[in-house]
Amino acid sequence: MVKPHVIIFSGYGLNTEDETKAAFEQVGATADIVHLNDVIAKPSILKKAQIIVFGGGFAYGDHTGAGKAYGNKVRHHLGKEIEKFLARDTLMAGICNGFQILTSAGFLPGALVANDPPPQDGVRAGIARYNARWVDLEVQNDSPWLKGIKMLSVPIAHGEGKYFAQPETLAQLKKDGAVALKYVEGETAKHFDMPANPNGSLEGIAGITGYGGRVLGLMPHPERAVRFTQLPHWTLLREEYVRDDRPMPKESPGLQLFRNAVRYFT
Amino acid sequence: MLVWWGMTARIAISSKVEDARAQKLLRTLKSLFPETRLSAVATTAAYTVDAKLDQGELQRAAERLTNPITERFSTDSVLAPKNYTYAIEIGYLPGVTDNLGTTVQETIEDTIGRKFRDGEAVYSSRFIFFTGDVSKSEVEQFVRELHNPLVERASISEAGRKFPVVVPKVKLHESSRADTVNLEVSDAELMKISREGILGPASAKASAGRRGPLALSLGAMKVIRAHFRTQKRNPTDVELEALAQTWSEHCKHTIFADPLDEVKEGIYHRYIKGATEEIRRKKKEERRKNKTKVGDFCVSVFKDNSGAIAFDNKYLITHKVETHNAPSALDPFGGSVTAIVGVNRDALGFGLGAKPIANTYGFCVADPHDARELYRDREKNQPLLPARRILEGVVQGINEGGNQSGIPTPLGFVAVDPSYRGKPLVFGGTVGLIPRRIPRSDLKSAQRSDLKRAKAGDYIVMIGGRVGLDGIHGATFSSEALSKGSPATAVQIGDPITQKKLSDALIREARDAGLYSSITDNGAGGLSGAVGEMSRESGGCIVDLEKVPLKYAGLSPWQIWLSESQERMTLAVPKRKWAAFKKIMDRHDVEATRIGEFTNTDRVVVRYGGPSTSLGVKKTVMDLTLDFLHEGRPVQIQRSKKKEVGRKNKEEKKNMDLKKAILDVLSRPSIGSISFISQQYDHEVQGNSATKPLQGKGRVNADAAVIKPLFDSERGIVLAQGYAPWYSEIDTYAMASAAIDTAVRNAICAGASRDYLAILDNFCWSSSEKPERLYELKQAAKACYDVATAYGTPFISGKDSMFNDFRGFDAKGKPVHIAALPTILISAIGVIPDVAKAMTIDFKRVGDLVYLIGETNDELGCSEYAKWQGLTLPQVPVVDAKKNAKAYDAVSHAIQKGLIASALGVGRGGLAVALAKSSIAGQLGADVDLTNIPGKARRADSILFSESQGRILLSVRRSAQNEFEKACQGVTLTLIGEVVQAWSVSIELPKEKVEIPLPALTENYRSFFKLW
Repeated sequence: MVKPHVIIFSGYGLNTEDETKAAFEQVGATADIVHLNDVIAKPSILKKAQIIVFGGGFAYGDHTGAGKAYGNKVRHHLGKEIEKFLARDTLMAGICNGFQILTSAGFLPGALVANDPPPQDGVRAGIARYNARWVDLEVQNDSPWLKGIKMLSVPIAHGEGKYFAQPETLAQLKKDGAVALKYVEGETAKHFDMPANPNGSLEGIAGITGYGGRVLGLMPHPERAVRFTQLPHWTLLREEYVRDDRPMPKESPGLQLFRNAVRYFT
Repeated sequence: MLVWWGMTARIAISSKVEDARAQKLLRTLKSLFPETRLSAVATTAAYTVDAKLDQGELQRAAERLTNPITERFSTDSVLAPKNYTYAIEIGYLPGVTDNLGTTVQETIEDTIGRKFRDGEAVYSSRFIFFTGDVSKSEVEQFVRELHNPLVERASISEAGRKFPVVVPKVKLHESSRADTVNLEVSDAELMKISREGILGPASAKASAGRRGPLALSLGAMKVIRAHFRTQKRNPTDVELEALAQTWSEHCKHTIFADPLDEVKEGIYHRYIKGATEEIRRKKKEERRKNKTKVGDFCVSVFKDNSGAIAFDNKYLITHKVETHNAPSALDPFGGSVTAIVGVNRDALGFGLGAKPIANTYGFCVADPHDARELYRDREKNQPLLPARRILEGVVQGINEGGNQSGIPTPLGFVAVDPSYRGKPLVFGGTVGLIPRRIPRSDLKSAQRSDLKRAKAGDYIVMIGGRVGLDGIHGATFSSEALSKGSPATAVQIGDPITQKKLSDALIREARDAGLYSSITDNGAGGLSGAVGEMSRESGGCIVDLEKVPLKYAGLSPWQIWLSESQERMTLAVPKRKWAAFKKIMDRHDVEATRIGEFTNTDRVVVRYGGPSTSLGVKKTVMDLTLDFLHEGRPVQIQRSKKKEVGRKNKEEKKNMDLKKAILDVLSRPSIGSISFISQQYDHEVQGNSATKPLQGKGRVNADAAVIKPLFDSERGIVLAQGYAPWYSEIDTYAMASAAIDTAVRNAICAGASRDYLAILDNFCWSSSEKPERLYELKQAAKACYDVATAYGTPFISGKDSMFNDFRGFDAKGKPVHIAALPTILISAIGVIPDVAKAMTIDFKRVGDLVYLIGETNDELGCSEYAKWQGLTLPQVPVVDAKKNAKAYDAVSHAIQKGLIASALGVGRGGLAVALAKSSIAGQLGADVDLTNIPGKARRADSILFSESQGRILLSVRRSAQNEFEKACQGVTLTLIGEVVQAWSVSIELPKEKVEIPLPALTENYRSFFKLW
């Protein structure tokens, strides 16, 4: 079995590289965190990788629009190299800020704009600001990243996560089966009595794919939902295991995405 | 300073799809001004480019800055909507940190393929267009709401007017030179120099006059004069400013250090450090006798930027909590963002550099509805910001500072009291993680990470941001009351991204490559503080100030030396490692500059001049011995005086509606939910979260948090906070005792044990020049010693802020003095073997038994209930640490054994609030009988609301009842009831029964900040 190699981009305020690396390593990949400038200086390192990830964070402080400045830099200095990388049978993901970077750089269609959650109980439930909570996602397509997953609960943490696209783009996405993840009312939204769609995303879109499903962009953070004790209600669930005299699980659902990515190559 | 008005390019960008932020603005204005006939708001982002670009370059830059799907741009208009009535432009004042402008500049540089030249820059601003039947005076009100004149400029234009391009470029016409200061003057003149500053232009704001306070005592001024008489010269301004900074209360903690009454060694040495030394001795002894004990886990206490304890065999964890109070009063956003990114550097600056892994916060503020109008000047030209805006601003500051740095914020609090109206207290804390040993490629063995030493011959290297006028006199300013003379330049605005780049470069690469021998934070006192401190390691330094990179030209040497511009650290880099070090910094886009060399001459020598400066010839502007700089400060003998507390009359109100009382107390801002804050602070980043800031189905704010810092270890860190400032009205000994007891109790409830728990102290005092306040200080410090030693929880770090006073004027021009309540925040940090054992506050299952640990006494003095009622009651809670310790150990043991389902420390608001919180959190009812609980409380309101310390509310599954009760032998334990499905909390009291539906409790708990 060959271990796939992952390159996780860093620099300029990205900040979730360490936990993303840990998640990949946990399921058998090797991973390197590489600064954007180092990739620009030596793009040939992409040749050794099977998976590229742009993780979450605040590249350039979200100034001028989340992901814009970093995405521009990626497009203009590495656009061709990444297209070459994708021409091989590889995978790429943009998580949260990484999703914003991938849309800004033009690898995925649409845009992520300021949170604007839909009204709840007649008043605007949330207001347009940064929001950190758990959401429930329903898988919509058969991207290699999402194989075998129907539903999963993971956290979000963002201020500009509302997925927006022109009607024709949306129609095309649907036609291509490129809508990958939608916010739905599942276990955590019900439990905590919170609205399903946290940010007003059009049609509840939380993630989309491109390049035949191999490139995934999503706002939620699967790398923060890999261990049971990360769940928002695990101490309650623990009581059930204790009373039923069963051992508490170790893992949490987000890990499956990383496992899927590794399995794609093995 | 001049603002340079000239023609230059402006890129305007606006949204072409529905703009949620503009909608939010409209809603905010409509809620603040319900009468307004404002119908729409639109915004445009403007980037004023003061650089030589050709038209094509400008066009390409604008395209890059625009998202074609959602935005449009223009390079010749500001994209005003049709039919607007008024427009305003808000931008920064010259010299204020403009993070957005910097990002735009970087994007343009990347687009055009060249760097801007010195002096070229981009300045961001925003236009807001108001549509509807609004008058100019209304718009003026909006403007007051939307900008802070201390850091921002705003201009109003009527519809149809042109919008002039404004370039807020800093142009200083001070000559950069060093003056000597004549100290051969009268005592009165010496004090004038100390209070108002050295003669000469102070800052950007003043063109003449004095430079701002040195805050030195007459005694200290005379010691300085005597010293320079022996040198047969007067001091330079650089020397005098550096001495004032180094000797300041803020940096030397003079009040804690100097003798106070019979405490000759000072209260810090006797009570704080003394407690830690005694506890460490005892812990070592325990461990000698019993190898299963944890022993002394302290590794580096009171000597570095943070305190550090052992986490496991491989790692240390650090903790430090800072305050940033005075700046937060002037610019709440800038003050609090600086507080958090500043304390992050206390982790980065610990040992050879610890990675920040968690932030904590605390806001002591006035009720946001507090409508008092206050002014810094009699003429009423300098209003204090409204209480609401101070809270909004400080909340936003930690949002941006913490979130953008990628550091989770799992814990914090809001405490409300009218005495925080003048100066809010803004606490920011950071936990760090560092390997105990750093592998060194150039050495045979790994090096201890907590030890560092600059060596003679090492380069002095400054990395991170550039130096401007920001934060001049920050250290001496903190040592003074907030008043008219408070310098506006004391405010900085942090830039988390510059710091994140610096942090990545250090922690991911330079540290583990062994490229520097020492590092510290440029915090209070800027280079003067950082280089001054590090020079003690090597034995001296020589600095060339003209090498320091500046934000703009024209700074005088003393300003460069003292500036507190943010995001900077100073390192000692061995010469042979400089090239490798510089390379790493370049790759990370972090500016690194050699500004001098460490020496062993026992002198701090600073030079300035040369061809790049207006001062042609290089001159020595500072030459002081290390000994005089650091040890020359005269000791101040302090005397305190016992404060006579007027006997408070006990007032009793009969026939209270207890149901109403419970609901009302729950909806008070010091008690109710602050989920709007918890949810806007990312607490999941880094993947280390274990227990959350909002716990249970009903999302109730917890008083402790557990994180799991390593991916491959189950060990966890418990963080908790404790504070009880309200008790200071009666007794600061009780206040300090309760703060420690609360922090320890909250940590225990989350799963910690006393064996492996350390604490940090943050004293925020006021009017510390008064002997009565010093007496209160001594009492509080004594309590710290007594309670910490009783619990065996060592202090590992601390900080004090001694003058949280506001001296100004009310709406009638009458002088007002507002002194913040003497406040101590205790932050606890403990280690637990397995996060899977961590505990939360929510009731879990119907049928579980509800227990109360501890005694409930008649201690309603200064309680939340008394405040709500407007009652003055005499008895504040008394801590019986010996007894509590035993109970806490039983709870820790039971949690480790898996016997407990929920645990909550009974704190502010008493048992009533605790029962409500565990029920709301679990969204389950409770049926309890409090008619016969242990303790002296007899009246129903006293039973419900007394804030007696040492109490814990627990729920336990029935199958664990026997084992749990056995574990609690010798502890005051009372079975008070059970968790029920019924949707209410019902409480049996001596003469009545109170029953409140769960939805009402939940709604009230969430009510205060519901619309925030």
